[in-house]
Amino acid sequence: MAGAHSFAEMEKPDVPRSSARRNFFKEVCAVAVGIVAGLVPAVSGLLVFLDPLRRKTRENDAVLVASLNSLSEDGVPRKFSVIASHTDAWNRMPRVPVGAVYLRRLGDKQVQAFNVMCPHAGCFVDYEASRKGYHCPCHNSSFSTDGKIADPKSPSPRGLDELQVEIRNGNEIWVKFQNFRAGEREKIPV
Amino acid sequence: MKALFDWLDRRTGYRRIIEYSLYENIPGGARWRYVWGSTLVFCLAIQFITGLFLWMCYSPSSQTAWESVYYIQNEMAGGWLLRGIHHFTASVMNVLLVLHLMQVVIDGAYKAPREINFWFGLGLLLLVLGLSLTGYLLPWDQKGYWATKVATNIMGIVPMVGPALQRLIIGGPDYGHHTLTRFFALHAGVLPACVVMLVVWHIFLFRRHGITAKDPKRKADEYFWPDQVLNDAVACLAVLAAVLFLVLRPWLFHTGGGLGADLAAPADPSETYSAARPEWYFLFLFEFLKFFPGGTEIWGAIVIPAFVMLIIFLMPIVGRWNLGHRFNVGLSFSLLAGVAFLTFLALTQDRRDPAFKIAVEEARRDAERVKVLAQSPTGIPREGAVTLLRNDPLTQGPKLFAKNCASCHRYGDNDGTGNELKDAPAASDLKGFASREWLAGLLDPARVDSPHYFGGTKFKEGKMVKFVKKDVAGFSDEQKAQLQKVVTALSAEAALGSQHELDQRDAALVAEGKTLITTEGMRCTECHQFHKPDEDTTAPDLTAFGSRDWLIAFISNPAHARFYGKRNDRMPAFGADKVLDGHAIELIADWLRGEWYEPGR
Repeated sequence: MAGAHSFAEMEKPDVPRSSARRNFFKEVCAVAVGIVAGLVPAVSGLLVFLDPLRRKTRENDAVLVASLNSLSEDGVPRKFSVIASHTDAWNRMPRVPVGAVYLRRLGDKQVQAFNVMCPHAGCFVDYEASRKGYHCPCHNSSFSTDGKIADPKSPSPRGLDELQVEIRNGNEIWVKFQNFRAGEREKIPV
Repeated sequence: MKALFDWLDRRTGYRRIIEYSLYENIPGGARWRYVWGSTLVFCLAIQFITGLFLWMCYSPSSQTAWESVYYIQNEMAGGWLLRGIHHFTASVMNVLLVLHLMQVVIDGAYKAPREINFWFGLGLLLLVLGLSLTGYLLPWDQKGYWATKVATNIMGIVPMVGPALQRLIIGGPDYGHHTLTRFFALHAGVLPACVVMLVVWHIFLFRRHGITAKDPKRKADEYFWPDQVLNDAVACLAVLAAVLFLVLRPWLFHTGGGLGADLAAPADPSETYSAARPEWYFLFLFEFLKFFPGGTEIWGAIVIPAFVMLIIFLMPIVGRWNLGHRFNVGLSFSLLAGVAFLTFLALTQDRRDPAFKIAVEEARRDAERVKVLAQSPTGIPREGAVTLLRNDPLTQGPKLFAKNCASCHRYGDNDGTGNELKDAPAASDLKGFASREWLAGLLDPARVDSPHYFGGTKFKEGKMVKFVKKDVAGFSDEQKAQLQKVVTALSAEAALGSQHELDQRDAALVAEGKTLITTEGMRCTECHQFHKPDEDTTAPDLTAFGSRDWLIAFISNPAHARFYGKRNDRMPAFGADKVLDGHAIELIADWLRGEWYEPGR
């Protein structure tokens, strides 16, 4: 029995030790075996942890968002929810809101669509009719009605993200909904 | 470099900590028999690491727990390995705990001045058992759900506080979201925190009193580092190898089944699960309970186990006497033998029980089926994966058929679930109902009055049987060819998915047969109606015969004027009389028609 000793008064005990070379070999082995044993659970965990990097974002198909009649002719934008199928880890949902868009009519058969996310940090921008533009409540980025940066002092690195629009059957507005990386000058899909 | 370490050492004193940890004196030198404590610390480390990563993917609620575990197990890279390691390390740890405890008792390491450390060790044993118990429920599968229910119900029989205690543990009067949040908090928070505290004390006291050296000492004293550390590391590696062996066992022996830990079907309080058993290291308690008749369970579940724990707890005091130590060793071996015997008994009884085998087989089938459904294009809905099986004709059809239909009907000579029945069938065998083969058999003079068709019913002497046995038996070759077309056309009315291609290929024959059905020569419309309302008919409508709607309507009310009317034999009106709800009838109809999700179909 080593006998009771407190941590502070502990000294390296004076016990005869076997030869240094033999000890070195054992030390290396002990460390190596210890690392191998510890690594297996850690690696299996890291694999699972890194799983999201392995997954590709699914490209969305265009979805029906609204009808042309619901947009005013003067080009004032209106906000619509985008209802689409959505996969959230294990859940697959056929029709749920996946985001929102501003739609504005440009002409008889032409519509412009913007993702409501501010390209600066991803806040939800508001359309303010009085200012004739979009305003981000988080860091005061402002955008004109056509989505371009309105105020050069805006922190947003680019204008609102325009989305592909298609008019089908004369009256239906189909939008290819996509999110883009915030904080970048270029539009890069997430 | 040295300057940096010196700087660090002056501020943290880390060198002294390392020295203190590594240069412990081992009287008589390093030995393999001293590795058990370290392997347990290693197991704890594995559980903490793997548990933390599992935590990042686990979602404790009754609609997401099974689903998130399914996702870890089947969708995430390396998830099966992570979960497998966590699951089997828990098993291995229970074995190591017992070994450690046995060694402590045999070597008398519980004696003064180490009593308190012995008690800490017992505390750790109980905490690890608690971790096993709480962890078993977290996947929220049928196995964990029903096994844990037994455990929490036992908790409820504790006098006075039982019901309140039970309610507190499961977070309400019944199992639900809060059962999971509570079990998860216990499993990943409260119990591990207690374990850490006790382990630190345990190791601190162990160092304070030193190792209990086994005499005779074979060598001179050595430090813990490196000889004993090497021994410990090799032992830990062996433990890991054992765990990996258990994880990879199905692959190593080609036994089939998934790698890693099992995941049964999602928990369903409305679905029996006769295969419910606790984890193998709790089987002895499960078996022990069987010896206590109603009203006395408290003895088997609480009083006796608590008493045994108390005796073990008192070992350091009993062990002060020479005979006391022998008593302790003897008791430990007897308890171990008792546990082994009870476990053996539980396993043997299950192995000899055919009902249990069927239950296990059903459980395996459901577990595999729900995996197939979860991977289907529609995937897991937000209501949870339990709905996948509830709405699956292949899963529910046979069960519903066995319960509601098999008292008269058969399905391929059995009750639908594969059980052969002793009684003779009193109504038709519905396997392949409305298919060409089935209809050809019905119109075969040799088979129409067999038990497969009308043999067991009052229609055995009816018009249809007479028609087939007399008229059809005398058909000319030309008429026989026409009859075949009638069968083809009638079967096409059912629009069976399995015959879709055949029906399309034979579209011309179907059209011909449809016309023939209405001809006088075939005599069908003398009793049946076919695509033309006819109030005088006395036999079931042949319009869309065997289609989904037809079948649902028939099962709902066979005595409806469209079917047998007043001439209906004994078949209940399952829908009209509310014997079954609409959903159940749909499931039976879909199953009889062979319509359920199959990958690639």
